[in-house]
Amino acid sequence: MDCLDPVRKALLDDLDEGFAELYGAHRGVVFSTALRLSGRWADAEDLAAETFLRAYRAVAGYDAERIAALQTRPWLLTILMNIWRNCGRAKSRKPPPDLREEPVDTVDPREGVEESALRRETGDELAGLLALLPEEQRLAVVLRHVSDLPVSEIATVLRIPEGTVKSHVSRGLKRLRTLGGVR
Amino acid sequence: MNDDPLLARLAGLAVEPPDGLLDRIAARWIAVPSPIGELSVAWTARGVAYVHQGDGFSGAFRARFGRPLMPATRPPAGLVPALRTGRLSGLALDLEELGEFQRDVLRAVQAVPRGEVRPYAWIAARAGRPGAVRAVGTALARNPVPLLVPCHRVTRSDGALGEYVFGPAAKQRLLLAEGVDLGRLDGLAKERVFYLASDTTGVVCFPTCHNARRITPAHRHGFRTLGAARTAGYRPCRTCRPDLQAA
Repeated sequence: MDCLDPVRKALLDDLDEGFAELYGAHRGVVFSTALRLSGRWADAEDLAAETFLRAYRAVAGYDAERIAALQTRPWLLTILMNIWRNCGRAKSRKPPPDLREEPVDTVDPREGVEESALRRETGDELAGLLALLPEEQRLAVVLRHVSDLPVSEIATVLRIPEGTVKSHVSRGLKRLRTLGGVR
Repeated sequence: MNDDPLLARLAGLAVEPPDGLLDRIAARWIAVPSPIGELSVAWTARGVAYVHQGDGFSGAFRARFGRPLMPATRPPAGLVPALRTGRLSGLALDLEELGEFQRDVLRAVQAVPRGEVRPYAWIAARAGRPGAVRAVGTALARNPVPLLVPCHRVTRSDGALGEYVFGPAAKQRLLLAEGVDLGRLDGLAKERVFYLASDTTGVVCFPTCHNARRITPAHRHGFRTLGAARTAGYRPCRTCRPDLQAA
């Protein structure tokens, strides 16, 4: 048990303290992934909150052995993907919204005017291009290059072979370069 | 690899979540004093969700709410006075996890003033389900926020105090602390008196209604049923509304 990371150690010790560790260690990657998948600040908050809540409820039912074996980051992102896909399915039953007319609120409310103006030239533009990628390419690019996951972990989260992850990433990047005119 | 401007810009799309995100997921808790000793209280971003006495707080909270619980350094503003007085004065409650009937019941209980008691049947009527007296008892037994929703002020129509989430002894202590004259109520119940009427105002009340407490002995008349009081020419008090329960 000595080789366990602090998150799993804390989860084994006390579920609530363990959750605080889990949240502290992975809040950035979960929220960034949620934001770049959904493209909306409010949706990202809902997605990330729901992910952590479901994770907590799941781990409350796990025995010590299962917690000790838990790969917390891909496990959390798998939960996020499941929620995202389920709500995507629910949305696809309704008529699709016209993306060009919907206001996109990707701006962090804490951000100052200058910072936000600066980011609009970089972040928002690129985030907008991400939204134009086919779903499987966007997922792969976001997990690989925004959330900085290794290919093997992305394969686990998306439940596809590593080779497929690589090809989705490279096709996604190629498309982004074409769309954005980035060399 | 970081020389690639596209990859660097993608990496720049990673953001930290807003500070408030954790409060949408986890509840906070703290131990606070109350008239019946130390209580553990949990709250969410919406308001106070759970008041617990004794051991097993975190396990009970988890079983009931399925939400992580984190220690807080100070209670929400107004919590300690609200526990002491039973008046919320703007303190928000989070009753989201409850069913509609239980919420209606708790809202009805909030209408019982400090220092007074009402029968279960009165709560059932006020909650819009006059027949559901036993269900009211069950709903109150599962009141997640005792003291803040003063379910200790709901008593049996035969004059007995009845059950309480934190046990009958705590119910008695709370009622005595807020000035309910339990000895007098018990005496009236032994004489089978559950309503008090005044022949100067022509009004009949529950015995703990502040209007009933002002009736001088010479003008006070006790009744076993509201029907009997009405037959004798008394009208139900508009403050304590004894006519609300199915009679």
